Amino acid sequence: MKHLRSIDELGHDGVVRLLELTTHMVEINSRQVPKVPALRGRTVASLFFEDSTRTRLSFETAAKRLSADTMTFSVSTSSVNKGESLRDTVETITDMGVDAFVVRHKSTGIPWQISDWTDACVVNAGDGWHQHPTQALVDCFTVRQALGRDRFDGLTLTIVGDIKHSRVARSNISAFSMLGANVVLVAPPTLLPPDVSHWPVEVSHRLDEVLHRTDILYMLRLQSERMSQGHVPNLREYAEAFGLDARRVGMLPPGAVLMHPGPMNRGVEMLIDPSTLTNSLIHQQVSNGVSVRMAVLFDLLAGESSASHLAQEAS
Amino acid sequence: MTRPAEVSAVGRVVLKDGTIVDSRGEQRLDVAMENGVVTEVGIELRGDRLVDARGCVVAPGFVDLHAHLREPGKEEAETIETGSRAGAKGGYTALVAMPNTDPPQDSVAVIDFVREQGKRAGLLEVVPSGCITLGRQGEALAPLAELAAAGVRLFTDDGSGVQNELLMRRAMEYARGLGVTLAQHCEVTSLTKGAVMNECQCCTSLGLPGWPSIAEELMVFRDIELARLTGARVHFLHLSTARSVELVRAAKRDGLPITAEVTPHHLSLDDTRLTSFDTVFKVNPPLRSLGDIAALRAGVRDGTIDALATDHAPHPRRDKELSLDQAPPGMLGLETALGVALGVLDVDLVHLVRIMSTQPAAIAGISDRHGRDIEVGAPANVVVFDPDLSWTVSPDSLSSKSRNTPYVGMTLRGKVRHTFFNGVATVLDGDAQR
Repeated sequence: MKHLRSIDELGHDGVVRLLELTTHMVEINSRQVPKVPALRGRTVASLFFEDSTRTRLSFETAAKRLSADTMTFSVSTSSVNKGESLRDTVETITDMGVDAFVVRHKSTGIPWQISDWTDACVVNAGDGWHQHPTQALVDCFTVRQALGRDRFDGLTLTIVGDIKHSRVARSNISAFSMLGANVVLVAPPTLLPPDVSHWPVEVSHRLDEVLHRTDILYMLRLQSERMSQGHVPNLREYAEAFGLDARRVGMLPPGAVLMHPGPMNRGVEMLIDPSTLTNSLIHQQVSNGVSVRMAVLFDLLAGESSASHLAQEAS
Repeated sequence: MTRPAEVSAVGRVVLKDGTIVDSRGEQRLDVAMENGVVTEVGIELRGDRLVDARGCVVAPGFVDLHAHLREPGKEEAETIETGSRAGAKGGYTALVAMPNTDPPQDSVAVIDFVREQGKRAGLLEVVPSGCITLGRQGEALAPLAELAAAGVRLFTDDGSGVQNELLMRRAMEYARGLGVTLAQHCEVTSLTKGAVMNECQCCTSLGLPGWPSIAEELMVFRDIELARLTGARVHFLHLSTARSVELVRAAKRDGLPITAEVTPHHLSLDDTRLTSFDTVFKVNPPLRSLGDIAALRAGVRDGTIDALATDHAPHPRRDKELSLDQAPPGMLGLETALGVALGVLDVDLVHLVRIMSTQPAAIAGISDRHGRDIEVGAPANVVVFDPDLSWTVSPDSLSSKSRNTPYVGMTLRGKVRHTFFNGVATVLDGDAQR
């Protein structure tokens, strides 16, 4: 693996490999000193053109636990504001000696463009509405861990909300289908992409009709700017039709789990406090984030020999 | 055979052993040119300079209705000289210069400047188009009568369509009185805010904002109906969708004074190209589906589409290295148009010459000097091309100042060998002469 840019590029075997590797990383993170020398001497640069404290910290923590050096590039303090092109920025940082770029950008495709301009590995930490592969790996790992199974055959994942503008949805549709899950999308037609007929999904516009056969309920965040663009008339109407309240939680079959990529909009898509629910995996999603990103960086940056070494060390 | 440098000298130049293709059909005859005009057509002609045309088509020089030459204002991307050279290499003897320059072509001063720069380059005729609205802002009419008096025959706000229905109606009424043609870039912009690519399955998966076909078709429909109301001559620029072709076909059946063009890239490249995230494939209107491509080709075949136009849109490297949503739309076209057209269009050479020369010349209002049959007395604006010669597109061989061609590395069949503008060789054996 040279880059991690999308779930489809990673493929089924890549997804499974990284999920297996994450198990080792969880073990490392449970130690008293959660740090290994696996990536000593390697440098990971975070290139965040869009605010995201959570994802950035998660990647940087992951890099540090593997003993990699990190550097952070944030747009507000950089020469991007002085008119330097993205290519110049990438080439300059590459010249400093970087082994991997972790990139977040509001535009689709930036990780692919960057990988044309550098020899370093590129990890997509979110590009536009397109992909957020490490989030999908986190979510798959969290479900594996919670349900104690490697494959998701026979399970139904229901993703609710703003599918159209969601890179999390696009990545999860690919990843969960690869592992055998049925995927149901629930949204008003205005929040669905123009043509999903080629996606391995079922579409519904009524949440109440799919809850009873849902095993994994995945609530997406609704951004308030969607109202000014005419996607939904107002938040009250959206919450009424697509928000999760106690009544809807009660419609889920026993054993169903709840997920959310955060940050949550309380009072919009979340009308109850998820911490009161025993079947919420939202905390595990956050805590698994570091382990998954350790697995990704390790897979990209460590050689074959270190992989077997790590496996031995972990076993 | 004469060496290239000698051919430009004054004297009687004879194109030997080629096949003349024009509106009358195909004839295997030599062509003699002297003092800027065709002086003799016949067999085994003699002359001061002989130029080999064996195996080649000898046709009226191509006319492009749609070239962005970027001067004045964006000389970093192209100048009138470099764009003219690219045009000559593509077999063109006339280019209609689009008005989205800076300042825009909405005043006699800018029109004169563009025309004069064209003459200075001397590689082909640069025919300035004029803006429909002042500054292409879509708010008030440009001085259409003044510009018409300065020789402008084609008016357009290309880059944008005129959104306001009342203003477009007035423009058509006014244009009818002047006997000029309005060329529309059809895009209802409220439907295309932020759009990067065709609204399709691909844009669904890539998470890119879509440019729906209906944004084009609504304006095509509106302008057909306004033309019906006002009697104005309307030309549709770079049509890209199946339904647009259907609307134009029906309008022509009704006898309306409508013409339409299509670009080589909309005939040859589909929307899945964007999966490479290469901004060279971002263009406006966007690359469409295979179904649209088939409909555009059928439209060319049955005569619904009158002209092949390049929408040659040079951009410097640093602009195309922006993200997909920020990079400017547009791709080069002048030097690859013939090869692409021959590869994708199922039409004979007579039809090809009609859509690349005769009909665009008529739409541009320059039929007195371009797109004319190769006969005695016609201005010697002539292209000689080898329809069977295969070549591979390499950016470094292009004469345009920019490099944003989507055909890099692709092999095209059909290449321009010689171009003559007013009897003077601008291209010989594929090389620009000045």
